[in-house]
Amino acid sequence: MNPRRKKRMMTVLAVVFGLGTAVALVLYALEGNINLFYTPTELVEGKGPEKQKPFVGQKLRIGGMVVPGSVQRDQDSLHVEFKLMDTGPTVKIIYQGILPDLFREGQGIVAQGKLIAPNTIEAFEVLAKHDEKYMPPEVAEAVKGIKHEKPVYNTVKGDS
Amino acid sequence: MIPELGYISLTIALGLSILLCIYPLWGAYTNNLRLMRAAPALALGQCVFVFLSYAALVYASLTDDFTLVYVASNSSSSLPWYYKITSTWGGHEGAMLLWVVMQAGWTALVSISSKSLPWPLRARVLGVLGFLGVGFMVYTLLMSSPFESLLPYYPVEGHDLNPLLQDPGMIIHPPLLYMGYVGLSVTFSFAIAALLTGKLDNTWAKWSRPWTIAAWLFLTLGIALGSWWAYSELGWGGWWFWDPVENASLMPWLIATALLHSLAVTEKRGVFKSWTVLLAIAGFSFSLLGTFIVRSGVLVSVHAFTTDPGRGMFILGFLAIVVGGSLALYAMRASKVNSAGRYRLFSREVALWCNNILLCVATLIVMLGTLLPLVHKELGMGSISIGEPFFNEMFSYLLVPFAFILGIAPLLRWKQNKFNALQSKLALVAIISIVITGAWLYSSYDFVAPITFMAVLLAVWVFVSTLFDIVEKTTKQTSITLGLKQLTNSYWAMVSGHIGFACVVMSVALTSAYSVERDVRMHPGEQVQLNGYEYHFDGIKEIIGANYTGHAAVVSVHSEGEKVAELHAEKRRYNVGMQFMTEAAIDASLARDLYVALGEQLNDGAWALRIYHKPYIRWMWLGGLIMAFAGLLILLDKRYRGTSSAEQRQSGKIKTVPSAEVQL
Repeated sequence: MNPRRKKRMMTVLAVVFGLGTAVALVLYALEGNINLFYTPTELVEGKGPEKQKPFVGQKLRIGGMVVPGSVQRDQDSLHVEFKLMDTGPTVKIIYQGILPDLFREGQGIVAQGKLIAPNTIEAFEVLAKHDEKYMPPEVAEAVKGIKHEKPVYNTVKGDS
Repeated sequence: MIPELGYISLTIALGLSILLCIYPLWGAYTNNLRLMRAAPALALGQCVFVFLSYAALVYASLTDDFTLVYVASNSSSSLPWYYKITSTWGGHEGAMLLWVVMQAGWTALVSISSKSLPWPLRARVLGVLGFLGVGFMVYTLLMSSPFESLLPYYPVEGHDLNPLLQDPGMIIHPPLLYMGYVGLSVTFSFAIAALLTGKLDNTWAKWSRPWTIAAWLFLTLGIALGSWWAYSELGWGGWWFWDPVENASLMPWLIATALLHSLAVTEKRGVFKSWTVLLAIAGFSFSLLGTFIVRSGVLVSVHAFTTDPGRGMFILGFLAIVVGGSLALYAMRASKVNSAGRYRLFSREVALWCNNILLCVATLIVMLGTLLPLVHKELGMGSISIGEPFFNEMFSYLLVPFAFILGIAPLLRWKQNKFNALQSKLALVAIISIVITGAWLYSSYDFVAPITFMAVLLAVWVFVSTLFDIVEKTTKQTSITLGLKQLTNSYWAMVSGHIGFACVVMSVALTSAYSVERDVRMHPGEQVQLNGYEYHFDGIKEIIGANYTGHAAVVSVHSEGEKVAELHAEKRRYNVGMQFMTEAAIDASLARDLYVALGEQLNDGAWALRIYHKPYIRWMWLGGLIMAFAGLLILLDKRYRGTSSAEQRQSGKIKTVPSAEVQL
């Protein structure tokens, strides 16, 4: 091979090697950080056609409405427990910390955490959207059974 | 009446921009000078009518015209006047109109300051800008008009502006970002025009460079401001969430950063030409992709703009036309572009090539993490989310080679370098960096994680090597003042950009590693210790604002017996929307931020409080400013000034495109 070809060969090899490493690293990092989303019904009865249930210890996200009257606070810490539901069974969420401003009973929220028992989740993050009109789209789908239901309730047609 | 006029003038503007899209491009194709000459007038006319239209919306908002759906949903009569103005871009429709305003403004600016360009190129640039204008105006008029009326039944009071957006930072954040997004369309138009003309040379790079830098400058400021706003307004001290909307602004920024480095190579050395054109196309494409993500609502984010599949489809279609069309053109023309220069493996060109590759990889990673959940869902595999750790991990990997090369690149020469010549310098810089980092970290902290050490070391490495280069360059001359004089603006811009980057890396590393965060339950009168500071919860007081009421926790902070600060962490309740908002109280300094946010009231008179100690967090936004300053320095460079000073005054703060004559 002449020097120029050799140089090109080296460049191509370097690019292929770099790409390979990058892809491997990305896949590796992705593997640990994909959190599946469940609704309370899916969590209890299984998700999808195969009725796949999450295993205890799995990291996941759950979205649903806070069951009215279910919020229980600890007397001398920031420990709080509440129940989430959509159309079927309820799921218990345990959380330690300050709940977001828009957290209300009857409101839609999303919690991210670890499954510690078949229907109990220890959340490390509880999100209520900044918009009081907000309902997690997945929950809107589960509740209404319609895809892409526009999550706006107010009579005025408008945006956030 | 006024809103109708606004609608009509936007329609007129659309008509003008359709002409702007057709006439000059056709004129350039048929070599008809008269048609080409129509471009500047059309560009200015379009700009005037778009501004009139926006003025109508501002007027409607200021006069509480709740017959408009937009004003009724985004404003209220009790809103202070300045928030009434900002409410015109607080909602989707108004934000799109602002986008159109920016697009028209940039187009007019290009038409004013491109007098020195040859007609075929000038006409094509303006024609492409006109085409983009048509796309956004059609979208605004058909899919998201802010002038839609509620007549005959309209509310007496508006829905109020989202309280989160009632903040000074929010007044300028969206316009800055839009300036950046839309600014990239100018670079894009230059690239397309150059491809159409078939003349891609150093001059092209020279013309595009100031526009790219201006757009990048606005993007940098916009992103830094957005991060600062999230930190001070969202009430839990986060400064970056890898939220789809943030990612939407980060992707064009990364590409623009790659682009301005690659433009520098193309301008100075005449290589990387077709690559630079590709980046210019990619930059604006990512702006559009970002708009699609934010506007279509396919991805839900904190920013919660409304979801509307119809809107999404329109933007997706437009995106397909713009990206598809420009890539097809690129495929046809790029093969004719020759890069003349030669360079060796160990040269500045290769270092900058690495910079470009790494920035593109970073962009792809952000894109993957942002779009994968969408793809996953559309394939029927269920909803997923990709956690922050994914992005953090990937960016840590990328940072190592990126910052390492960044430290070496300025010391390298163009074309080729002998490794031996640099060996001792690099070793010296490395040793100094390791010593400084070690001394600093181990004297201040009991525990230093390897990743923190690495990140800070890289920041220091960039810093030291930059300083080293300045010292070396200045001491070569007979006197230091002479040496300093001889350094150009663009050299100082590089210094400032790199130092800014080092500040951001340092701040992110130290804040992530040494922030102390505590959520506590406190009764008035109680106190808590955190990182050497004592927080006394003195009590709760009532507060009444213009359009809200609420409580403020009074927290006094003591250190070594002395009072350091008194913080008022507020919890506001906005009267109209009945929304709650946490307004964190922050005692800021360069070394640390003390951050207190008020949570909810618990039973028996206790309150939940969130208390944070965040070291060096200010440097993140300061670093952003220092980086942005780099852009300003280049824009002020003599090389990019226009032919006449009168022309310069006209063009305002953005410097004119260099003339063909003043090629230095």
